[in-house]
Amino acid sequence: MEANAIQDSGLFRPVTPGGEVIKMSEKRAHALAVEPKFKCRDVRVFYGATEALHGIDMDIENTGVTALIGPSGCGKSTFLRVFNRMNDTIPNARVTGDILMDGENIYDKKIDPVLLRARVGMVFQKPNPFPKSIYDNVAYGPRIHGLATKKNDLNEIVETSLQKAGLWNEVKDRLKDPGTSLSGGQQQRLVIARAIAVSPEVILMDEPASALDPIATAKLEELIDELKEKFCIVIVTHSMAQAARVSQKTAFFHLGDLVEYDDTEVIFKNPKDQRTQDYITGRTG
Amino acid sequence: MTLISAALLAAVIMAAFIFGRGLAFSRGGAFSASGVSGRAHSLPAYHGYFAAWAVGVATILAAFIGWMLRDTIGFEVVAILVIVTAGAGFVVCHQLINPDFRARNFVETFVKMALFLCSGVAVLTTFGIVLSLVFESLRFFEQVPLLDFLTGLQWSPQTALREDQAGQSGAFGAVPIFTGTFMIMGVAMFVAAPIGLLIAVYLSEYASKCTRALVKPIIEILAGVPTVVYGFFALLTVGPAIRGFAESFGFSVPTQSAIAAGSVMGVMIIPFISSLSDDVINAVPQTLRDGSYALGATRSETMTKVIFPAALPGIIGALLLAISRAIGETMIVVMAAGRAANLTGNPFEAVTTVTVQIVSLLTGDQEFDSAKTLAAFALGLVLFVITLALNVVALLIVRKYRERYE
Repeated sequence: MEANAIQDSGLFRPVTPGGEVIKMSEKRAHALAVEPKFKCRDVRVFYGATEALHGIDMDIENTGVTALIGPSGCGKSTFLRVFNRMNDTIPNARVTGDILMDGENIYDKKIDPVLLRARVGMVFQKPNPFPKSIYDNVAYGPRIHGLATKKNDLNEIVETSLQKAGLWNEVKDRLKDPGTSLSGGQQQRLVIARAIAVSPEVILMDEPASALDPIATAKLEELIDELKEKFCIVIVTHSMAQAARVSQKTAFFHLGDLVEYDDTEVIFKNPKDQRTQDYITGRTG
Repeated sequence: MTLISAALLAAVIMAAFIFGRGLAFSRGGAFSASGVSGRAHSLPAYHGYFAAWAVGVATILAAFIGWMLRDTIGFEVVAILVIVTAGAGFVVCHQLINPDFRARNFVETFVKMALFLCSGVAVLTTFGIVLSLVFESLRFFEQVPLLDFLTGLQWSPQTALREDQAGQSGAFGAVPIFTGTFMIMGVAMFVAAPIGLLIAVYLSEYASKCTRALVKPIIEILAGVPTVVYGFFALLTVGPAIRGFAESFGFSVPTQSAIAAGSVMGVMIIPFISSLSDDVINAVPQTLRDGSYALGATRSETMTKVIFPAALPGIIGALLLAISRAIGETMIVVMAAGRAANLTGNPFEAVTTVTVQIVSLLTGDQEFDSAKTLAAFALGLVLFVITLALNVVALLIVRKYRERYE
């Protein structure tokens, strides 16, 4: 969102001394597209004296869905919370290593986690709509970040966000109803709409379907499939079938280590590591 | 004597239990030693409990009836009556107990009835208090019209005790007393509500675990200070301080004033508000905080826009509890608010409250049928109605928000 604003303003567009805007070469544009969104080098997370993640090196693609799988307690959720610095809110948690987002270290002192979280949205395991109306839930982010100055702009943001989350048709006549009056699946899509409303670049999802029934899950997966066109999505899931359905890249975590990271197809059809094979065939985990 | 009777009764009940359980064991062929049965309806212990209940209740009833009639029938007859009843209980149990007897169902019914009776005691006590208030108040309203009481602007309850006493006409207009009560409550809430709520916010969202563990108990000590200590603190320290402060500006303020009593009372109820609100704020699910932080909200935005609204029903409950505490508080106002029933809107003047007036009406030599004494019941009734209304409003608010939020 911020990056877009800067580009639009033209302030940071490369210009020749003559004032002519340099056109990005196609090669350069392509390089940007394949440049990873996140580069992680030797990421370690400590809870007190316990090391929960033992030096993760991993690049997250700019496009598509990256799934993090692994047995309970393997560190996949901890790793996910590294990307929007949610671990900062846990007392005693400490993160070391480099996490570069578009080449910028998000753990740098200059970075304000509050602003970072506007760029990296998150959806949690349990749907957590605020005790407010559906409208106010979606408008919450735009309001605190001052994204809309006029009532109409805010209405539009709310409507498009709900549309993108595939919830608009179900709730358009009851925007004043409390968010908690929706069903579990609707609540989870409301929460996604809430995250989309601040136009993040990345959406992190922490087992978003674990509290949903199969039909709501199917709808959610459909939604993820649509969202990946516009957002970089990282999803933690304990359902291997879900990882196989929605993701293009899959990372397998085990006991705080990144065991294997490859195209989803490779991970599920042709895993290189024995531990990965054991997990996806159901022998462990 | 009483001790011996109680011990005897306990022994009889114990014996009945052992008797019933033993019977069940000996008669129910299918009872196993461990109490597990294939055929019998109830476990042996239930037969024991049944026998204990039946014999116990019958014996206690017989003893009670006998005690009431002891003067007409004589003590020996009472003793015989009790013994015969207990024996009859044993005989009935002896007849009833067999593997098909539904001892468990009987015991469950007994227990349910006992639980019901216990709750009945609380309810009946409440009704009793309300009824006595109502009837005594009715007697008062025979002498002083209800409308005069509720709308009268003058309160001077001294009535003539003897025919020849002059000058004491007695005026029972309760308005000055209630305005005094509400003014002191208002001052107290003005002090306590913001401070208490901010303490709760600090403790639950900002304080480190260590600070919280230290600060919360210290604040709760405030609630443990006897109110009489607050009272003389208000009278001897706060009152003169306010008077001195006002005098330095050229105003004259009495030592006993609404603001002195109210502010000290406010300090007293701070821990109620802070402690209850802190618990309520802590009970807001962590997922809501995470959701707000993940959207890039700051701590204060999360607090004011998500957590506070979610905790609001509980916070309102805490505030209303504090209000009813403030209305019912007696000692501080007796000492620091004064006794003059001034009808005033100025918190720097002496006022009086309902509780103070009840105290002064009922202390000293009293006739229990004079309007002066009965006025205490009327005041108590109105106070009761007000706190009841407050509680109902609190419940309604809480319910409304609960429907919205859950």
